[in-house]
Amino acid sequence: MESSIKNNPAHVGCTFTADRLQEVDRLMKQYPEGKHKSAILRILHMAQKDFGWLSVEVMDYVASLLSIKPIEVYEVATFYSMYHLKPVGKYVFEFCQTGPCCTRGAEKTINYIKNKLNIEVGGTSADGLFTLKTVECLGACGYAPMMQVGDVFFEHLNEEKIDQLIENWRNEAASKN
Amino acid sequence: MAGRKILLANDHVEGIRYYDAYRQHGGYTSVEKALKMTPDDIVEEVKKSGLRGRGGAGFPTGMKWSFLAKPEGVPRYLLCNADESEPGTFKDRYLMEHMPHSLVEGMIVSSFALGANTSYIYIRGEYMWIVSILEEAIAEAYKNGWLGKNIQGSGYDLDLYVNPGAGAYICGEETALIESLEGKRGNPRMKPPFPAIKGLWGCPTVVNNVETIATVPHIINMGGDAYAGIGVGRSTGTKLISACGNIRKPGVYEIEMGISVEEFIYSDEYCGGIADGKKLKAMIAGGSSVPILPHNLITKTAAGEPRLMTYESLADGGFVSGTMLGSGGFIIYDEDQCIVHNTYTLARFYHHESCGQCSPCREGTGWMEKVLHRIESGHGKMSDIDLLVDVAKKIEGNTICPLGDAAAWPVAAAIRHFRDEFEWHIQHPEAAQAGNYPHWENRPEVVA
Repeated sequence: MESSIKNNPAHVGCTFTADRLQEVDRLMKQYPEGKHKSAILRILHMAQKDFGWLSVEVMDYVASLLSIKPIEVYEVATFYSMYHLKPVGKYVFEFCQTGPCCTRGAEKTINYIKNKLNIEVGGTSADGLFTLKTVECLGACGYAPMMQVGDVFFEHLNEEKIDQLIENWRNEAASKN
Repeated sequence: MAGRKILLANDHVEGIRYYDAYRQHGGYTSVEKALKMTPDDIVEEVKKSGLRGRGGAGFPTGMKWSFLAKPEGVPRYLLCNADESEPGTFKDRYLMEHMPHSLVEGMIVSSFALGANTSYIYIRGEYMWIVSILEEAIAEAYKNGWLGKNIQGSGYDLDLYVNPGAGAYICGEETALIESLEGKRGNPRMKPPFPAIKGLWGCPTVVNNVETIATVPHIINMGGDAYAGIGVGRSTGTKLISACGNIRKPGVYEIEMGISVEEFIYSDEYCGGIADGKKLKAMIAGGSSVPILPHNLITKTAAGEPRLMTYESLADGGFVSGTMLGSGGFIIYDEDQCIVHNTYTLARFYHHESCGQCSPCREGTGWMEKVLHRIESGHGKMSDIDLLVDVAKKIEGNTICPLGDAAAWPVAAAIRHFRDEFEWHIQHPEAAQAGNYPHWENRPEVVA
């Protein structure tokens, strides 16, 4: 359970783009007058995507968008496991470790990633690219071992596929620098 | 012989994810029919069909609908529970990914029956790509006049939205889902009042599972009596089963209620038998919270009757020698799987997912995880086994929501049927620490 909520000077004054603000507006209108707080989960997802993780500054910004108190955002952000409350790598591996995945070798694959990237669960690789997290059941039990990276499920994983994915992401990151 | 398919009759049709192909294959005809019926008549058909909640509880859907309060001038809401998170369960995902319009169609008919003018699909946040699939289907439905104002000239208005969660098993509990949809932490509410009286924003609310709602159009099309004619006894219709673990063909299958468990596990039409020529050791039939059964109670009940894929037959023998159909999350364990380890991972899951409101669940799930880890890693004491039974018993029935029961049952059942494996771990600490578990064939038989 993550409990540390940190400040991040880099997030001071963060704002969504105009397109994103339009999306926020559309989401808030999906709920009756005065009930727009319901859009919070989705707006936090958007904020995490745009700003990398949910620092106090980002959460305060989301509170201002929804015209609610910052504590109402902190309460929510600390409850749900998909939100990152501290800095993470560019690619976050959320690897399922629940029973059904274990019947098909999830733990072995997690160990392989730990050794390959030289990190522990919860850690980030020295190059800042990869964070490894273990998560509970993602609803992909028939396609194990599996992990979620961003919005995508990577299923039927084995060591070869892991090697390939990591190489692809390293290349992708290098080409953007 | 191929079994009867209703929900997945057309899942192989090219382009069925999109409106045109879906409509060409009979999509949205139930809306045309329903809008000419009265809402009460629709509820009556669903009652007649015998449809039971497909999320796990198996509560009769028509009866749930009939509890909805209808005070004058107060909006009512239909919420679709797409927070599929019970380990072993991935059936709703399949339906939404491949046939999103079947859920949209079901939401329209069901919302009309309940008198809801705004409805939401609450989907687990990890299924973010399905949010896009559903929103695309909803946009197509608006464009073709099935959503929005004055649907098909009937005077009925309905808006439908998708609301993703953000990672919390507990939000599959209906009052936690409502809290989450209100933009709060997913802490279950005390009941009463039930959602049918005071639900979303204090208004009367019905929460139904994806598969349940997607079944409603078929009931309207064929009639409640015809649907009730499928299946066996009080287990009417078909059920989606997501099969996983050590089987040859993991995946999502639609079965007619009443086929045998043996056929489901060994037929090539379904699981295709145990993978790699191994032997069947254990089965969890309906998601990780239902009791695990040992090999000798899987295809036959304790009385020696063939075990069927129905609510009643799977529950035959109660918790002594039976289990539950639950969500249809079907997990098979082969001879190499360690029950202590599996029970530990499940206990870890429930500890992680406990919302923390009720002490018996918050503390008890953590204790169970800790003690199981101790046993698994070769540091257990013989008294730990009864300690686990005791903790499980003290969680059960003592919490606001059923997560406590869901956490207690798998631990109690694993010890009930596989006590010798727990003892072995305690008696052989070095082998347990090294992960060298005894081969199943060398274990003494354990019969309930």
